[in-house]
Amino acid sequence: MARRSRRWSPVPYLLTLPGALWLTVFFIVPMFTMFSVSFQEGNFEEGFVFTGYWQNYTNVLTRYDTQLFRSLAYGLIVTLVTLCLSYPMAYWIARRGGKNKNLFLLLILLPFFTPFIIRTLAWKQLLGDNSIILGTLKGWNLLPESYQVLATSTAVLSGLIYNFLPFMALPLYVALERMDPSLLDAATDLYSNRRQAFLRVTLPLSLPGVFAGSLLTFIPAVGDFINADLLGGVNTVMIGNVIQREFVTNLDYPEGAALSFLLMGMIVIGVFLYARVLGTEELTG
Amino acid sequence: MAEIRLEKLTKEFKETLAVDHIDLVVEEGQFFSLLGPSGCGKTTTLRMIGGFEDPSSGAIYLGGDDVTDLPAYKRNVNTVFQSYALFPHLDVYNNVAYGLKRKKVDQADIKKRVEDMLVLVDLEGYGPRRINQMSGGQQQRVALARALVNRPAVLLLDEPLGALDLKLRNQMQLELKRIQREVGITFIYVTHDQEEAMRMSDRIAVMNAGRFEQVGAAQDVYKLPATAFVAGFLGASNLLDGEVEGADGSSAKVALAAGSTIALPAARLPNERGSVRIGVRPEKIFIEAAGSSGGGTENRGDNAIEAMVDISIYTGVSTSYECSTTDGSKVVVYVQNMGASADALAPGSKVRLSWHPEHTFAVEKNSSTEGGDNEMSDRGGTT
Repeated sequence: MARRSRRWSPVPYLLTLPGALWLTVFFIVPMFTMFSVSFQEGNFEEGFVFTGYWQNYTNVLTRYDTQLFRSLAYGLIVTLVTLCLSYPMAYWIARRGGKNKNLFLLLILLPFFTPFIIRTLAWKQLLGDNSIILGTLKGWNLLPESYQVLATSTAVLSGLIYNFLPFMALPLYVALERMDPSLLDAATDLYSNRRQAFLRVTLPLSLPGVFAGSLLTFIPAVGDFINADLLGGVNTVMIGNVIQREFVTNLDYPEGAALSFLLMGMIVIGVFLYARVLGTEELTG
Repeated sequence: MAEIRLEKLTKEFKETLAVDHIDLVVEEGQFFSLLGPSGCGKTTTLRMIGGFEDPSSGAIYLGGDDVTDLPAYKRNVNTVFQSYALFPHLDVYNNVAYGLKRKKVDQADIKKRVEDMLVLVDLEGYGPRRINQMSGGQQQRVALARALVNRPAVLLLDEPLGALDLKLRNQMQLELKRIQREVGITFIYVTHDQEEAMRMSDRIAVMNAGRFEQVGAAQDVYKLPATAFVAGFLGASNLLDGEVEGADGSSAKVALAAGSTIALPAARLPNERGSVRIGVRPEKIFIEAAGSSGGGTENRGDNAIEAMVDISIYTGVSTSYECSTTDGSKVVVYVQNMGASADALAPGSKVRLSWHPEHTFAVEKNSSTEGGDNEMSDRGGTT
């Protein structure tokens, strides 16, 4: 039996074939197509021609730098805030959830039972100028009549934070839940008070969760356009909105493609640096 | 001076009394075991000494100081946890150095102490290894080193060998004993394994239902169990019902329900009159066919009863006989297989069982339930 298992067998390769085919047809081929489009010139009516026109990249970078960096900044803020909000929550569920752990997890996931757009529209209602919250506060004269949240970066950020919170909370929960609670006893036994035990044991051991949660939050948040679309105004336009407009309204495919790859490149570099800082060994070990 | 003193220490969990007003003194440098079945409160007691569990009432003194309200990280004790609880994100060196770093010992000193400690536990050169590259036995040693390197006044060990296989376990028992002698630190060792406790400890406290049944030197506890529970939990023993007939100087007579009257030192009787249970260890009993009148010159003891062999089990080193007396009590006897003379007595044979008065002990008739029903069957013949 042992000898047989060492012999080359086509089965594992055949098993990966459907997935590999799927990714080739629907991911790798379109990626290369778009990459080629990002170096094309022309217009929608007469067609685009590949000319190696790299200026697409410099053009979009100079024209949309505000939106690009705003998106990265929003992504960072959203990641940090969701991290701060979900860490104590995930910790509490993992340690104190007891028999109800699954119930609490379900509660975190519950909003996902309604579609993304509906949830964001609900926030639009909540943050409206005369909504339950603002209208009531204004009625009590606690806020001036002209006060508004909608169309500000506060609105976009709170929508993003709300929508991406579970992507941060769940990986954190998994990492914290996996930790043996007796490690904290060991840390206090070895002269660490609660704060030191957290910093030296719990935090390092939860880093894989922090890393996974940050990626799952940061990447989609940077590219998101729904929240800026529904909750934002002219000053909160994100790069996702620009890309969408290039493709759907302006029909300028090369610039849309160039922007997409620019964003992708920035995210890849950012993630790479982030992984270096957190230490890759922690993530694989 | 007493290293540890517990005064009326109590722990209540909701409805249950896990530890029930226990008093205990452990002297400096002793290897002390808390022995008992699972759920008897031994681990809770240990966790209270370590500072991981707050007592409901009572006090804990360490080297004369009241530490009852001191948090774990301020106590001069260290613990070897049942699951080892090694830090998986640190290598062996940094696991062992963890406590010294928190105590702000200077770097050069830490390095020296950690390396000396790794030598002591036979892990020289393993410093850079990751924890998940170590075997169970090695992890056990790292856990021991991590605790001992801090030179605590007392080392607490919570069933540290429970996860190891039998061979490694026996080896680590000797190793632990050696290390304890070498460092001279007081060890408090929690275990449910009576053999392990007897093999390693200077003194043993046998615990049951949150209370101490008996505290004493390993040999004394084995030879003279104070209660039926201890008699049953620590090794195998035979218990026979009887009535005290009276004392004659230092010797007392007890009429057994099984039909004969036996003698034992009067001081061992729990009560001067009335019902008692008489105990004798299976390896202390001589067995011979009824009416064979002994034959040899050796003194086989003055206490004797008639019985019948139910089962005989040959185990190589010894043969164990299960006999029943005339009143239906069961008596187990171990006989060393020394030579041709020890021909097995067939089931159904009438036999005479005899033993010396000094090997006889007595416990209260209605004392607590007998410990460890399993002891007779699986721990037999391991003397």
